[in-house]
Amino acid sequence: MRIAIASGKGGAGKTTVSASLAQVWNTPAILVDADVEAPNLHLFCAPAITSSTSTFLEVPILDATACTQCGTCREVCRFMAFAKLGKTISLFPEMCHGCGGCIALCPEKALAPGQRLLGTLECGTAMGGKHAFLMGRSRIGEAMTPPQLRALQKKLELLLAQSKTTAQPYTDALIDAPPGVSCPAMTVAQEADIILLVVEPTPFGIHDFTLAHRAFLPLQKPIAVVMNRAGIPGNAGDMELAAYCQQQGLPILGLLPFSQEIAGHYAQGGIAATCSSTWEKHFTHLRDTLQAFAAKELANA
Amino acid sequence: MSKIAISSEGPGLTSMVDPRFGRAGGFVVFDTANSATSYIDNGASQVLGQGAGIATAERMAEANVEIVLSGYVGPKAFQALQAAGIKICQNIDGMTTGDALHHFQAGNVPFAEAPNK
Amino acid sequence: MPEIVVLSGKGGTGKTSLTAAFAHLMHNGIVCDLDVDAPDLHILLAPQVQQEHAFISGVEARIAREHCTYCGRCEVMCRFEAIHQQGNNLAVNPLRCEGCGVCHVVCPSNAISLTQKHCGQWYESSSRFGPMVHAQLFPGEENSGRLVSVLKQQARETAKKNALDLILCDGSPGIGCPVISSLSGAHLAVLVVEPTPSGQHDFLRVADLCDHFHIPASIIINKADLNLAIAAAIENLCTERGYAVAGKLPFNMDITTAMIAKQAITETASPLGAMVVDAWENILIQLKNGARKRTLPL
Repeated sequence: MRIAIASGKGGAGKTTVSASLAQVWNTPAILVDADVEAPNLHLFCAPAITSSTSTFLEVPILDATACTQCGTCREVCRFMAFAKLGKTISLFPEMCHGCGGCIALCPEKALAPGQRLLGTLECGTAMGGKHAFLMGRSRIGEAMTPPQLRALQKKLELLLAQSKTTAQPYTDALIDAPPGVSCPAMTVAQEADIILLVVEPTPFGIHDFTLAHRAFLPLQKPIAVVMNRAGIPGNAGDMELAAYCQQQGLPILGLLPFSQEIAGHYAQGGIAATCSSTWEKHFTHLRDTLQAFAAKELANA
Repeated sequence: MSKIAISSEGPGLTSMVDPRFGRAGGFVVFDTANSATSYIDNGASQVLGQGAGIATAERMAEANVEIVLSGYVGPKAFQALQAAGIKICQNIDGMTTGDALHHFQAGNVPFAEAPNK
Repeated sequence: MPEIVVLSGKGGTGKTSLTAAFAHLMHNGIVCDLDVDAPDLHILLAPQVQQEHAFISGVEARIAREHCTYCGRCEVMCRFEAIHQQGNNLAVNPLRCEGCGVCHVVCPSNAISLTQKHCGQWYESSSRFGPMVHAQLFPGEENSGRLVSVLKQQARETAKKNALDLILCDGSPGIGCPVISSLSGAHLAVLVVEPTPSGQHDFLRVADLCDHFHIPASIIINKADLNLAIAAAIENLCTERGYAVAGKLPFNMDITTAMIAKQAITETASPLGAMVVDAWENILIQLKNGARKRTLPL
């Protein structure tokens, strides 16, 4: 089961929930950090990285001696990777989205496949060897996030498939998803089996959560909610969020209370589930309700 | 004899220099052959998500511009202008396009060898 | 026209709450919410929309069944796995379609058309803190980088028309396409960082991005007392890299209380307000001093 832990708003507690669920998860899992622009899961779950590989996007290389300046590539490309400058065609590989159209259609075969560095994928184990670990990290200055996420997802599928033949296969993937509701978040959500939305019941949090819910709804995936920072004094947002979830038929699988203690614990690099036995219970409860929700949804599917 | 394009906020030599190259509103083009000025609108590049510098360089090449005077020229735009054989003067701002042209013609402005943005 | 962009790398550091306060303190400027994916600034600023525009961007492939011969060439050529069998037909998955148009070009029977996509709405508004431009990308839509450019362009035009002297932008989290577009043409990036392991890590990445694009950065350490050691490490890094620290603000629930009351912190009686005023003054000084000289040494 692939569980994407997502949130519309950044800072709602995605990584806190991901790391804590990993801490209390009772079967071997793969922890995946898919927030490749700002990956943080590794800061909490002490991974032992065993392999690191670079990821690339296939972009064209221009052989200027073979180019006849016919302009086919410039017409095919919708992303400004080719420009006609004076009499010659110039290539700007940073603009390329990797569609491969120019390479396939160049009548002179003057374009060959090359590579642009997207970022890295790091694999290993986490939490003292209890879980496998996979994280993606995008290169500074790289504008395109989805290709890096697709490379990460391919690697995840490979790890899941490989683990099936081992004595202790990974039952689940706990995926820390990118924030927001546009391409990066969607790329991750659409490959998940279950989406768990972490929501902070503040005006910003509820607003961004409803955007995320609307974005994920067409994917027809089971969606559930965990309310983080519940019970902020004077905040009517808890009730508002509960009412919305009830109206939309979204189960609230857990309530994590607002606590200054937990903010301090997090600031020291601590996992919320290890803060105290009360906090551990919050997450074992969330784990149990999440597993029950997933079992029910998958049985219905 | 050459065509000099100055990134500009408006269409004439009294308009202020627009310090952005790729996202400049337009370019005042001065033709040294007949001292005539013309204007190239660059509005289409202003709303490009990315690639404004390249699109603008293409527009310069198409208009047979040989020298560009502007404030800030990014790396891709710089590369594109060089590929087109267009010379670049940068760091120009806070003056009219006419003043910029005057400074250039007086030899006060060196040609750039690397992008400054 | 000076442009300030407020960024954080990590979400939830207080970026939008502080931007709202800066908008309150700014005298003659325009506010621009560039977090088009998940915008929140309008919740605090309650803008009155004056003009609404459709944001049309990119294209999406559609297969006309009546012309499709099921040759499968599009499916083979598509690098984004956006075309697949659906029953006896080939169909485009709009969520995967990159809009590259390769299928349209290679289809031997001209069965694939490219239609423009309506990806969201954007607004020219007025707020109690002055004019504002903002947008809402439709949930799940892409091309947020282009929408960011459209908003900035409008902000520049409005600023010019109304003789405003500052553009203040709230950016999005991360370091990808919308953030890169936000930084384009900016004179100063204000980076709001919280001293937590995540906050420090993501701050470094966004700081690297600012360096990559040669944009001067001014730092606000928010919730500074959460972890004094990390806060000190961040300050050291700022010294090393030559970033000015505009302010250090303590962890204080008043920020959340103000948000719940839909107010900027500087509109409340919170003691934090005065500290934000100081930080803003420092930012304005840094904008004046730090922004690169844009004139010829004549």
